Amino acid sequence: MTNQPEPDAVDLADGVLDRVGGRAEAAVTVRHVRDGLTRFANSFIHQNVGDEHRLVTLELVSEGRPAAASTSILDEDSLSRLVEDALVSASVRPVDPSWAGLCPPTPLNFSQVHYDPDTAAVGPAERAAVVQGFVEAGEGLEAAGYCQTTTVEALLVNSRGQRVSDRTTMAVIDGIHRDGRADGCASLATSRFGDLDGYGVGTESARRARAAAAPIELGAGRYEVVLDPRCVAYMMDFFSIYGFNARAVQEGRSFVSVGEMQMDPAVSIWDDAGDPRHLGSAYDSDGTPKTRLDLVKSGVTVGVTQDRRTAAQSGSASTGHAVPGGASMGALASNLFLGASSPGVSSSELVAGMKRGLLVSDFWYTRVLDPKTLVVTGLTRNGVFLIEDGAVGPAVSNLRFTQSPVAALAPGHILGVGNDGVLAPGGLHFSWNHAPSLRLEHWAFTGNASG
Amino acid sequence: MDEAVAAVEAALAAGAAYADARVMVTRAEAMSAQNGDIEDMRRSESSGVGVRALIGSSWGFFAVADLSPAAVRRAGERAAETAKASARVPGPALELADVAPAVDHWESACLEDPLSVSLSEKGDLLAEATRAPLASGARLAQASCRIWDTDKAFASSQGSRISQRIRECGAEVSATAVGDSETQRRSYPGIRGQYGTQGWELVRSLDLVANAARVGEEAVALLSAPPCPEATTDLILGSEQMALQIHESVGHATELDRILGWEAAFAGTSWLDLAQMGSLRFGSELMNITADATLPGALGSFGYDDEGTPAHRVDIVRDGIWVGVLSGRDSAALAGIPAGGMVRADGHDRIPMVRMTNIGLLPGPHSLEQMVAETSDGILMDTNRSWSIDDRRLNFQFGCEIAWEVKDGRLGRILRNPTYTGISPKFWGSMDMVGGPEELTYWGTPNCGKGQPMQIGHTGHPAVPCRFRGVRVGVR
Repeated sequence: MTNQPEPDAVDLADGVLDRVGGRAEAAVTVRHVRDGLTRFANSFIHQNVGDEHRLVTLELVSEGRPAAASTSILDEDSLSRLVEDALVSASVRPVDPSWAGLCPPTPLNFSQVHYDPDTAAVGPAERAAVVQGFVEAGEGLEAAGYCQTTTVEALLVNSRGQRVSDRTTMAVIDGIHRDGRADGCASLATSRFGDLDGYGVGTESARRARAAAAPIELGAGRYEVVLDPRCVAYMMDFFSIYGFNARAVQEGRSFVSVGEMQMDPAVSIWDDAGDPRHLGSAYDSDGTPKTRLDLVKSGVTVGVTQDRRTAAQSGSASTGHAVPGGASMGALASNLFLGASSPGVSSSELVAGMKRGLLVSDFWYTRVLDPKTLVVTGLTRNGVFLIEDGAVGPAVSNLRFTQSPVAALAPGHILGVGNDGVLAPGGLHFSWNHAPSLRLEHWAFTGNASG
Repeated sequence: MDEAVAAVEAALAAGAAYADARVMVTRAEAMSAQNGDIEDMRRSESSGVGVRALIGSSWGFFAVADLSPAAVRRAGERAAETAKASARVPGPALELADVAPAVDHWESACLEDPLSVSLSEKGDLLAEATRAPLASGARLAQASCRIWDTDKAFASSQGSRISQRIRECGAEVSATAVGDSETQRRSYPGIRGQYGTQGWELVRSLDLVANAARVGEEAVALLSAPPCPEATTDLILGSEQMALQIHESVGHATELDRILGWEAAFAGTSWLDLAQMGSLRFGSELMNITADATLPGALGSFGYDDEGTPAHRVDIVRDGIWVGVLSGRDSAALAGIPAGGMVRADGHDRIPMVRMTNIGLLPGPHSLEQMVAETSDGILMDTNRSWSIDDRRLNFQFGCEIAWEVKDGRLGRILRNPTYTGISPKFWGSMDMVGGPEELTYWGTPNCGKGQPMQIGHTGHPAVPCRFRGVRVGVR
């Protein structure tokens, strides 16, 4: 056992394994989650919520037939029902030819990298203080957003002998300021609540809102763009789910082709759960320890994300990217980084060389039109600005785009990479992703606020 | 019920001006199949209590899974403590619209208990449904079914004591054909399947297997079909796509919490201004939209919402004029209207919020056959594929899985990658034909995301085929 998980969690997990006994191969996960979220709108806190629960999940395979069950009811009867339900479910289904066996005993490569005991102790009063700073930073503007703290203590044991556990914390301030209909946004996500500077994040949000006031309307067309880190991180969820996911590759639904230069040499993409700049657990839902995985090196696709099932199918090893429900979803990267292959430049340098284009702050409600080409449609949000002769000019009304981010990042299309990488939310609410600003040769806008 | 009452009493003792609590026990089952094999089979069981306490301008909410007497009392206390902490960033005090306290029990109708249907029967159904499309050349055939069986006990400090049992289920099948440069997918009955507050009889009525071969053939055919042209033309939408159109551009736009700015940072706001309710033209005179939580079997039906407000029908758009909103007791009080009864949470551990019930378009005087016959040059689209709309619910672009040319009153060749775009009131204003009662389907959407932390809502959308004039299609 790697850390010191809660003793009763160990007892719980071992107790479920004992109940299964020799009737099946089994893996048991116990997750103890404490979550608090303080929500504000119209510049005051209107919802303040907390939740604490433990969830026991059993995945078992009986004679090659897998099934899963979970419960948050932890009395003896419920735990027995959990086991018997899973065994019954397994007994009525056919043998799964893609079952790859349980994770063997394997030590973690790191643990508690993203855990801060002070964050685990934070309550609603501390979150309210961060919100107060955010709101007060935008005097005269309306503020809205949330401050969240989450602590997860989890362990996984399986009948093959794998026993791993980890603790993680997460703290987020994410919000907007509004100047009439012009919004500006800013956020900070970290494993340490002490790093949250509500006033500082709010100051940036308010600055952006004031700059976005009185937008002009531009027509549709292909524009050179500088995408803020938030836009790039937004798109990285699509890369994770539809692109680098080995299952999507195996089924022919992905753009990914290992060994080919599919992106501009200026960028690399990798997944690294152990990097302290990111968030999350040290092992995946199979119990496989996470480690750094290169996906794109200087524009060349070099890897895909595997769980035990997809790895067995392709004759390779799991890369530690199993997710709950992965039998149907595949293997997903949840600790993505996109970075410059060589040192990046400042955001002002990205803008400086642009004759005419757009600076885009955020994307919104983007959905896939074709998963293979990854053509998506969505809208801008929280500020778009016209760039002319290297200077950021007036705000522009929100625009609709229809664009493949893969094509936009293709060789020759990245004109600059920022040195401003930050953690920002992914567009499919799957993960936070670490990304810098990008200057791109074009982005196709297909409509404006008028249609 | 005892646990809910104890939690409410603890919250009041800790200083709450108002408190309510829901004990929920949910049993769920999900099964999926791909290419003839069962792929995933999961059962889950959860229980717990969520307590809401109102102090000043903020709700405090706390949830625990532990239903011991000490734990539920502590949850009530923590809900009140959490609300008090909000006073650091205060606003105007929240009031609640009046709702008469109720003591009642309600159950959704269920002819065949879905959790009692054998797993092997469900597995056989999904496996067979995913074998059929492969013969047509589809590369991937997927099917799934999901079941929820929820018991709720609600108690409020104003005296409500309400228990409910709601059973929901549904299923879907899809086929994906993979070409050199793109994929094409067809789904049945729709991209989100078909779900309702019904028993397994709903799934039996779908006849998944009989329709699976057809969607396989259509997916393969789409790979070589011509693309939807870029044009401004007359557009006929099938009822499944109309459900999505209603959900995104009317349902969300008329949520009062969005209109009041409570969702501004995440889900967004609305282009609607309360001052214009009762006079603003939302669409043509054929547009009549209701929010009706009493429709038997529809996915957004219940006896009482999660504030104890009885299910009822509210007019949202009448003869094209915007006349109503989706509201809860707090938002309704702010707007000066009666409580809408549209507040729900997706589990005991989430705070109830404004959610769509059954937001549907009332049938009109036409038929799909008549729409095609009376269209000289247009496109018929069906089955939602993609959906994107701005944060004010005004500018949308939706894609469908399949389209057909309509020329001189007849359906022509199929078209791939159909999309259309518009501005909501202009689009709804162009609706000149609405399908009749015989074409009405209560579509169910089991995956509506909203709120922070995110909640997945179950909503219903009665819909019929409709025709719209002069719509921009084939946007690239």
